[in-house]
Amino acid sequence: MEILPKNQRLYWKSVQLFTAGLLSLWFLTSFGAGIIFREFLDQYFIGGAPLGFWFAQQGAIYVFLIIIIIYCLGMNYLEKKYGLDN
Amino acid sequence: MGEQFWTYLFVSLTFGIYILIAFWARASTTKEFYVAGHDVPPILNGMATAADWMSAASFLSMAGLIAFLGYGGSVYLMGWTGGYVLLALLLAPFLREFGKFTVPDFVGERYYSKLARVIAVVCALMVSFTYIAGQMKGVGVAFSSFLGVPFNVGIFIGGLIVFIYAVLGGMKGVTYTQVAQYVVLIFAYTVPAIFISIIVTNNPIPQLGFIGNIAGSDVPMLSKLNSVVTELGFKEYTSTTKSNVDIFCITAALMFGTAGLPHVIIRFFTVKSAKAARKSAGWALMFIALLYTVAPAVGAFARMNFIDTVNEATYIGNSENFEERRSEILSDGGKPIPGWYKDWEKTGLLDFNDLNQDGIIQYRGPDSKDNIKNEIVPNRDIFVLANPQIANLPHWVIGLVVAGGLAAALSTAAGLLMVISSAISHDLMKNTFYPNMSERSELLIARTSAFLAILLSAFIGAFASSLPFVAQVVAFAFGIAAASLFPVVVLGIFWKRMNKEGAIVSMLTGLITTVGYICYFKFMGGVEAGWWFGISPEGIGFIFMIVAVFTGIIVALLSPAPPIEIQKLVESIRIPGQRRT
Repeated sequence: MEILPKNQRLYWKSVQLFTAGLLSLWFLTSFGAGIIFREFLDQYFIGGAPLGFWFAQQGAIYVFLIIIIIYCLGMNYLEKKYGLDN
Repeated sequence: MGEQFWTYLFVSLTFGIYILIAFWARASTTKEFYVAGHDVPPILNGMATAADWMSAASFLSMAGLIAFLGYGGSVYLMGWTGGYVLLALLLAPFLREFGKFTVPDFVGERYYSKLARVIAVVCALMVSFTYIAGQMKGVGVAFSSFLGVPFNVGIFIGGLIVFIYAVLGGMKGVTYTQVAQYVVLIFAYTVPAIFISIIVTNNPIPQLGFIGNIAGSDVPMLSKLNSVVTELGFKEYTSTTKSNVDIFCITAALMFGTAGLPHVIIRFFTVKSAKAARKSAGWALMFIALLYTVAPAVGAFARMNFIDTVNEATYIGNSENFEERRSEILSDGGKPIPGWYKDWEKTGLLDFNDLNQDGIIQYRGPDSKDNIKNEIVPNRDIFVLANPQIANLPHWVIGLVVAGGLAAALSTAAGLLMVISSAISHDLMKNTFYPNMSERSELLIARTSAFLAILLSAFIGAFASSLPFVAQVVAFAFGIAAASLFPVVVLGIFWKRMNKEGAIVSMLTGLITTVGYICYFKFMGGVEAGWWFGISPEGIGFIFMIVAVFTGIIVALLSPAPPIEIQKLVESIRIPGQRRT
């Protein structure tokens, strides 16, 4: 089986790494801050809301949105960097 | 009646708009019918996805569910938004790059197998039918409670509207009506929320009111709520009685289920490119977040307001003159029930049972401190529906909320119909049994199956009112999507070595285990003590998803690698610009 051009191989490697990084952030804010560490975080407050509770009902959703925005920008950058953007 | 006039006006106005859009966006080719011609702009697809996604349950029930569950309601908030991260990062752009029409299309071609395609069709149909019956039921409820139309006639009218724009317009018609439906539903949701936020916290932005103080005091709203509910014998609002393991699994099952739902995935086939699909997922989540970050605030405010106005209030019977009796109670220094209470009592959403015969409504939790028994059971839908009246908003706002609830139900029903019709006409007829079928006959079959699917779902929806378990079966949809479809699609993209044998075994494993577990514990007398590791049927999809992934991988490794051209296909959907011919 022939091997993919170098730029395509490197591109896919970077995409996988980038995706894994963002998914860890996804896991840490929802399952981490909102569930596993909720009771610990609840001793801190954001405004009048316990922090862990706030992450579970508000914060995680904001972070999800930020993750997708970073992903869009990052993928555009990677496509350009490896000359795959046309 | 003022309210009924406004409700009729808004409902017929919005229905008229949907039908106009349908005539404007008629589909004439299969490409237009299945994927709206691949040329929907990302922002509009984001709106359409949001409407497609947010069902009658999100609109009417979620805030009330959170109001009762407190922190426990977070599973819906995180679960139904977090799935979009998975969609954007793991599925949508790659499936768009693949460039076909349906989810079974991808499964069938990637796994070079008609059998795999047919199993995917079965999964897609099971998910979609359980989901659509709930929507039709919601339409019937909305019509019968607000427009004075009998339940079954309501379902018929709703079905007719969806029929017109889904059968005529296909995905193209559905997409543009969903855009209009999003605008209607988000407006109907946020306007009352803003006003109730001002009443409770003096802050017009519900998300800020949620973390702010009670109006005119320096006590945080949530601390006040915590102390009020514990006083009545409930668990603290910001904590839960559920185990962390169960919360974790339910959240995960909803997230992976969301990412595996065919009617959500196919929305990303309608945009121009992989890049547009990513962008579109971002827009979709933003439009969804608008409602999902407001809902927990509405839930908390509504719980607070409900306790303030209804607990320890003196009941006024139907035989008494409301206004007279009300001023009498007030002059005695008592607290009469609020005006909206009587309106909603009629609909059966509030059930007061005066156990101690003192004429006063006592609202108590399971650990009631004064040994008084709870006397009132509010239906969870009441909180969104009664909000406009609780906030003293004009009558037309109620009409708007009803139109919004219908928009939410119809848009989701239409999206599901597209999955059902394309699964039958495209995947079963065209690609499995009659490959030589012309485009014209395929289009005809697509329309016919959409029509039959509406009939069938209206039928299930009509009977659903007498079947108590319909709300329960939604657990099926997410569980099946997570355990059967999600693993094969993601492995198909990220693991070249995944083959036909692995995919078939993986889908069947996920499907059979999840359906078996849910059936046993929901319908066959299984009890909570028997839950595996304390995981409820709602959360089990996540566990069986992991099982399905591993069985799939093991079987794939024990059988031959997929053919070279399939491995090339996988490479081509990973790298942009390889599949454009």
